[in-house]
Amino acid sequence: MSKILVIAEHADGAVKKATLTTLDMARQLAAKKGSSIDIAVLGSGVGGVAEALTGYGAETVHVADHAELANALAPTWGKVIADIAESCGADVIAASASTTGKDIMPRVAARLEAGMASDVVGVVDTDDGPGFRRPMWAGALLADVVIDTDTWVVTARGSAFDAAGATGGSSAVEAFDAEPNLAASRTRFVSFNGTKSDRPTLDEADIVVAGGRGLKSAEGFAQVVEPLADALGAGIGASRAAVDDGFCPNDYQIGQTGKVVAPQLYFAVAISGAIQHLAGMKNSKVIVAINTRDDEPINKVADYSLVGDAFTVIPELCEKIAAIKAAG
Amino acid sequence: MKILVTAKRVTDPNAKLVIDDDGSWIDDDVEFILNPFCENAVECALELAEAHDAETVAIGIGDEEVQRYIRQGALARGVDRGIHVDAEEQELDSDLIAKILKAVVEREEPDVVLLGKQAVDGDSNQVAQLLAEMLGWPQATFASDVKIEGSEAIVTREVDGGLETLAVTLPAIISADLRLNDPRYASLAGIMKAKKKPLEELELDDLDLDDEEPKVRVVKLHEPAGRSAGVVVADIDELLNKLTTEARVL
Ligand SMILES: Cc1cc2nc3c(=O)[nH]c(=O)nc-3n(C[C@H](O)[C@H](O)[C@H](O)COP(=O)(O)OP(=O)(O)OC[C@H]3O[C@@H](n4cnc5c(N)ncnc54)[C@H](O)[C@@H]3O)c2cc1C
Ligand SMILES: Nc1ncnc2c1ncn2[C@@H]1O[C@H](COP(=O)(O)O)[C@@H](O)[C@H]1O
Repeated sequence: MSKILVIAEHADGAVKKATLTTLDMARQLAAKKGSSIDIAVLGSGVGGVAEALTGYGAETVHVADHAELANALAPTWGKVIADIAESCGADVIAASASTTGKDIMPRVAARLEAGMASDVVGVVDTDDGPGFRRPMWAGALLADVVIDTDTWVVTARGSAFDAAGATGGSSAVEAFDAEPNLAASRTRFVSFNGTKSDRPTLDEADIVVAGGRGLKSAEGFAQVVEPLADALGAGIGASRAAVDDGFCPNDYQIGQTGKVVAPQLYFAVAISGAIQHLAGMKNSKVIVAINTRDDEPINKVADYSLVGDAFTVIPELCEKIAAIKAAG
Repeated sequence: MKILVTAKRVTDPNAKLVIDDDGSWIDDDVEFILNPFCENAVECALELAEAHDAETVAIGIGDEEVQRYIRQGALARGVDRGIHVDAEEQELDSDLIAKILKAVVEREEPDVVLLGKQAVDGDSNQVAQLLAEMLGWPQATFASDVKIEGSEAIVTREVDGGLETLAVTLPAIISADLRLNDPRYASLAGIMKAKKKPLEELELDDLDLDDEEPKVRVVKLHEPAGRSAGVVVADIDELLNKLTTEARVL
């Protein structure tokens, strides 16, 4: 029988939303293929993460707890994931299309001689059986693809799926005797320089405020984007141009080559809306463009366009939002 | 030292794409460019070669047209020589590209293979990682900084949540992100020289692949649902009114 192995993503002992969106994709696929679902948790000191995932309808939660898995390095994690998949008989291995999933999962596919569909946004029926829908050409077109090998590897785009809810019940937790073989990987973790922020992360935020090159400098970006994000409890994003010009950290970038978001509300402030940027936000529920112009590509996807200089519009907008909040 | 770098041809991102009659591919009568990420990879290869006195070799896989992009995109910028593997692009998937690259790596024995993190047509982001596993080599993907120190490459990577730095022992696979560098322009002299640089042509048959079948197939392309046109609001009050009462997102 078919079995889907979902790779858990976690940080600081907590399950990440990316795990649950992948699980949602897996449930949709399981309904079409008649599969059961297992979960794999890799890392060092991850018993708590495994425990936290026992109520989501998986038959088994496999735990590969090993000091050499502390960092998610592609060769070691790739090997252990493939080993777990083989030992539990999974024919589909699924992970999030986060930078971690993108880095590791092709190595799993190569080990298992599996075909791989990246960054899928849907599970579809095709004339050749269940397949996946995925954006190509920066989302200009959507492709339905099928995988012709017996084993499939897939990464799921977080913004395209809901976070799977708990189903009750209790999965078996099984320790997996992992052999990461770190020395053979010829890979040494040196450092991680994390972006620190108390704001919601881009994949979890209901509202995203994103700034672009029109904000002119790091000071301009901070002066405009931060107060609006604070007023709304929003996450902060940016165009590539704003990141390239050093206005904000790299992991703020939204788009074809950055993060893909689909919040309830997206503010594009001083962003023109190049196709590569739209690729990362055009599925937001409501889009607001704040721009000095009204004829930019962003205006064609925005539900509401406010024409004006961000440096004067945003302070006033923040004041009025504060007044609405105060009035309750 | 020897560096192998990729030159992939992609449709111009500004081109209007039309789905062809059988529905599973695009009409390829459009403009093409060198994959932007390959431009970063080529630049990185040239900078490393300048610092470490390395030979550079560019490889492109696809139909005859790809040779133009190898010459203009890589050789004209300064890469020493090229290799073109002739293949029908539509019948390639990332797995088969990686297998072809593996065969070329085994012939050329480079110390570093530099690729783009993704091809901006398929947006798969797989080939570098597949190749690394097939060769049993370490990888450093999504690179925004690359240095070679002794037998290691020290690579800073753009990942969710920040920047990660890895040290990988050569030979290794590196995939370039866009902030790795600013690709140089080809000089006129470079363009002239490129015409005479060696460009080896290989057929798939020359590579003795154990399998030439793609594993993933596009069965159908669609246009995504468009968004209906919105409105220009008169002022902040109207915007807030719409957001609270019409869209109900505030
Ligand atoms: C391979 C590739 C991948 C890419 N990936 C991405 C990606 O992932 N994400 C991404 O965003 N881009 C990406 N890009 C870049 C993209 O093509 C655009 O260059 C970029 O999105 C432009 O950023 P921008 O809108 O901030 O700047 P611009 O296009 O310069 O737009 C600035 C906007 O600000 C407005 N403006 C100026 N002053 C003000 C003011 N005072 N108040 C209000 N508005 C003002 C202007 O009218 C204009 O609309 C990629 C490009 C390539 C080639
Ligand atoms: N046809 C090709 N010829 C040469 N290199 C390629 C080809 N296809 C993909 N690549 C390389 O693999 C990278 C990742 O491609 P992909 O996994 O398809 O997104 C690209 O940026 C290129 O460096």
